[in-house]
Amino acid sequence: MANTDQEILEGLAEIVAEETGLDTADVLLEKSFTDDLDIDSLSMMTIVTHAEDKFGVRIPDEEVKNLATVGDAVSFIKGAQA
Amino acid sequence: MTSTREVVVTGLGATTPLGGDVASTWEAALAGASGARTLENDWAEKYGLPVTFAATIKVDPAEVLSRPETKRMDPSAQYAIVAAREAWADAGSPEVDGDRLGAVVSSGIGGIQTILDGWDTLRERGARRMLPMTVPMLMPNSPSAYVSLEFGARAGTHALVSACASGAEAVGYAVEMIRSGRADVVVAGGTEAAIHPMPLGAFAASRTLSLRNDDPQAASRPYDVDRDGFVLGEGAAVLVLESAEHAAARGARVYAKVGGVGLSSDAYHITSPDPEGTGQVAAMRFAIEDAGVTAADIVHVNAHATSTKVGDLTETRSIRTLLGADADHVLLSATKSMTGHLLGGAGAIESLFAVKAVAERLAPPTINVDNPDPELQVPLVRNEPAKLPGGDVAAINNSFGFGGHNVALVIQNA
Repeated sequence: MANTDQEILEGLAEIVAEETGLDTADVLLEKSFTDDLDIDSLSMMTIVTHAEDKFGVRIPDEEVKNLATVGDAVSFIKGAQA
Repeated sequence: MTSTREVVVTGLGATTPLGGDVASTWEAALAGASGARTLENDWAEKYGLPVTFAATIKVDPAEVLSRPETKRMDPSAQYAIVAAREAWADAGSPEVDGDRLGAVVSSGIGGIQTILDGWDTLRERGARRMLPMTVPMLMPNSPSAYVSLEFGARAGTHALVSACASGAEAVGYAVEMIRSGRADVVVAGGTEAAIHPMPLGAFAASRTLSLRNDDPQAASRPYDVDRDGFVLGEGAAVLVLESAEHAAARGARVYAKVGGVGLSSDAYHITSPDPEGTGQVAAMRFAIEDAGVTAADIVHVNAHATSTKVGDLTETRSIRTLLGADADHVLLSATKSMTGHLLGGAGAIESLFAVKAVAERLAPPTINVDNPDPELQVPLVRNEPAKLPGGDVAAINNSFGFGGHNVALVIQNA
């Protein structure tokens, strides 16, 4: 079942908020995981694990380094669901 | 003049089956409360567990920690952090160079809930679903490492493991770190979070747990003739230890001093204490000599006493052997009757109780002793707290662990 971009963003924001303690409202498309959200590699992999579960997709490890921003992740998940 | 070898206690923190902090835990202990309760789950039906109760933590750390903290730390580390933050604040959040600050927080078992949850995830959902934080959560040095991170402790971070003596061994090691000059302040203690059907099943299999399912609050009864084993507890206690000079220089409030550390091992049996008590006597004797006190100075002992048939009496015989006639004026407290057995946290919470006892001149009670064992050889504080004498006094906290580990700490008034 495919989600809309907005649904993916909201779902991802919940995962990021759980992991980091940030407010979901701070998890915006243009935010960088490392520079803006201060997410380290272990946290990023935790977020990926939860995102795979939530959205029913596979995010290969070699793809994770290409997911610089929240928007990149939303786009990847959207494409993977298609 | 204070000696650099003198180590004092300037901060206390705890989260236990009796309360979420030191004040509530100590108040409940003086009131003779029990932290044991029936487990509200289906473990008995599902796994055939013969025990249906434990001394679970009173305040869920989720109430005081942030959501990310509870997701990143095994419960054993969560309890340690809760206790460490309280202890640090209680010590007045000392200004200390990180290079002169140590962390020594032990766990007897480590992140057992994380290990078992990870195994469940692997089997049920596969490796791809395992969480990346699993390893830093399961490692037994995780609580100590998080405490080090919390306060920037760089003089050394350690996690000594000696089963149920771990928490006391951590305090003893912290004392040695300060005495040797490696550190001025050390955050030290013990923690455990093992209330899960697997460890409960394992302890039941070793026939060491009380099975008094119909009356959990009466189950932990050290020295009572009807004792039938220990009650599994959980929680953490942390002490801020400091060189007397450092504490004096910053005008810190001092609860007590840790004057002596005694360590020995039985080399007798993997679980049973040496019935002769040779190792226990040696540990207590070393601690007394280390503190420079005599048998006559010992007014209080916080016993290891877990409520098992053999262990409780071995310890009181050891105390009698060591102190002789002076054991007649010792007030013996077995606080596991109230807290249950915190395993790696036990030696820490009982050190904390000994510090409070000396500071307030009040020995906490032992509950559930309806019929004292006739072989009990030391005066027992029953049901109500008992006053300790004024003047210079010393107390001993004994902690013994599976594996034959014996740790005795001498706590003296400041």
